Amino acid sequence: MILGHCARPAATLQSLMVIILDLADEAATHRLGATLAGLAAAGDVIALEGDLGSGKTALARAFIRALTGPEEEVPSPTFTLAQLYDCENATIWHFDLYRLEKPEDALELGIEDAFAEGISLIEWPDRLGGWLPADRLTVALSSGTGAGSRRVRLTGGPAWTTRLQETFGD
Amino acid sequence: MKAAEHSCPKTFFPALGAKGKPDVIVLGIESSCDETAAAVVRDDRTVLADVVLSQLDEHRPYGGVVPEIAARAHLDHLDHLVAEALSRSGIGLAETDAIAATGGPGLIGGVMVGVMTGKALALVAGKPFIAVNHLEGHALTARLTDDLAFPYLLLLVSGGHCQLLAVEGVGRYRRLGATIDDAAGEAFDKVAKMLDLGYPGGPAVQRAAERGDPGRFALPRPMKGRPDCDFSFSGLKNAVRLLIADQAPLSEADRDDIAAAFQMAVAEAIADRTKRAMGLFAMTYGGPGALVVAGGVAANAQLRRTLTDIAGQTGFRLVAPPLNLCTDNAAMIAWAGLEHFRLGHQDGMDFAPRPRWPLDPQAKQLRGAGVKA
Repeated sequence: MILGHCARPAATLQSLMVIILDLADEAATHRLGATLAGLAAAGDVIALEGDLGSGKTALARAFIRALTGPEEEVPSPTFTLAQLYDCENATIWHFDLYRLEKPEDALELGIEDAFAEGISLIEWPDRLGGWLPADRLTVALSSGTGAGSRRVRLTGGPAWTTRLQETFGD
Repeated sequence: MKAAEHSCPKTFFPALGAKGKPDVIVLGIESSCDETAAAVVRDDRTVLADVVLSQLDEHRPYGGVVPEIAARAHLDHLDHLVAEALSRSGIGLAETDAIAATGGPGLIGGVMVGVMTGKALALVAGKPFIAVNHLEGHALTARLTDDLAFPYLLLLVSGGHCQLLAVEGVGRYRRLGATIDDAAGEAFDKVAKMLDLGYPGGPAVQRAAERGDPGRFALPRPMKGRPDCDFSFSGLKNAVRLLIADQAPLSEADRDDIAAAFQMAVAEAIADRTKRAMGLFAMTYGGPGALVVAGGVAANAQLRRTLTDIAGQTGFRLVAPPLNLCTDNAAMIAWAGLEHFRLGHQDGMDFAPRPRWPLDPQAKQLRGAGVKA
């Protein structure tokens, strides 16, 4: 399933770890969401990138259910922009910034509190501009070769390299 | 049951109407998402004033759509809107009987602004404060517009919600089904975006669909035939995405045909789920009753046609409040507050805004017990 991973120097002198995975179907997307949930800790920022329908919310839903419960209702936060979930060690902030017009508006959503103490899952993270923390995990979803398949590119900042290496490395 | 907390008041407040005062008048405030709104409603079902920010003159240049994402925006406008609503109604703050504000669910910053404003006005005027569940506002609107008796079936379809509820009484709701992923209005907005049709997506898709042929492309009818009353629109959105990729580059006619196929799929999927809920409703309450449609998606002409058809088949009466009362507004909050006030309910100054506030907190347990996800 792992096509390749490499640690390469980024422009900021900090190393980023890149891992590329192929997900055969939606169940594989759910498993990845649950795996990432197992790695997450308070203060983590996870950016979910991908076009409409690429599976961002499906991955976020599996992530949240892994930390709350299989029956937890996880509506898409497109309309409310943010949905909060309490789990054992932190609050999960599920953002969908699709409708955000200015990055500054995110401050009104309490995004600084989320970054400081919560676990942040952010759909449409590009809407944040410069407010998006540099040390984050970026999960980029795109269409795979098969009908329901997806290709995922995980890019981890310094806070993520060890965790990603231990989980996805050989 | 959390909804019942609402109907178990912290302090009992005797309804003034019962003491011979001719009318009960409630000021309502709505600020849980995009709209900042204030309204004054009387218990003879008269809306004395109903002001939404985008109606005001200084916002006309924006074409009537002013997204009020930031709490600060609600803060900037709410005082002015309340003053405007009171002035249009000809009612002074002292003449109102209660102040109602949306207490959730919704965007927490906006809800806080509305709740704080409501509490402040209540304290200043010496009136009871009532925190209203935004969804309850939608659920009770048909009693304001059509004087409907309990129980009735409610289909709430908007940008943020998609659910079927049996409305049994004030504070008594039984959720029959809900979306397991996206809301219907959200699917419209996203498909409009994929087809470059503009925003808001509902009217844009409808215009294109009217020119198109719904039969040219086959799209799935999500959840159709399932024994529950739940919805799903994420898979349909994805099917549209794949269809667009397959047909690219799109001609004007392709766009219209895809919009028509999508709109038909949404309408038929909602109709299938609603028909199932009608069966459940008739079984539980001893026969068919009224089907109330609320939420912005209720404006969609194809959905209305389809719902009229199934209402005819099942013996239900379709009740669709006017669009300005279907979408987010403060008249529905004032009315829901008024219904609670008449029952002697009020909330304390310690009420905390609730970003998530299900109308039927037992719904999930029911699902866990009987329905496979």
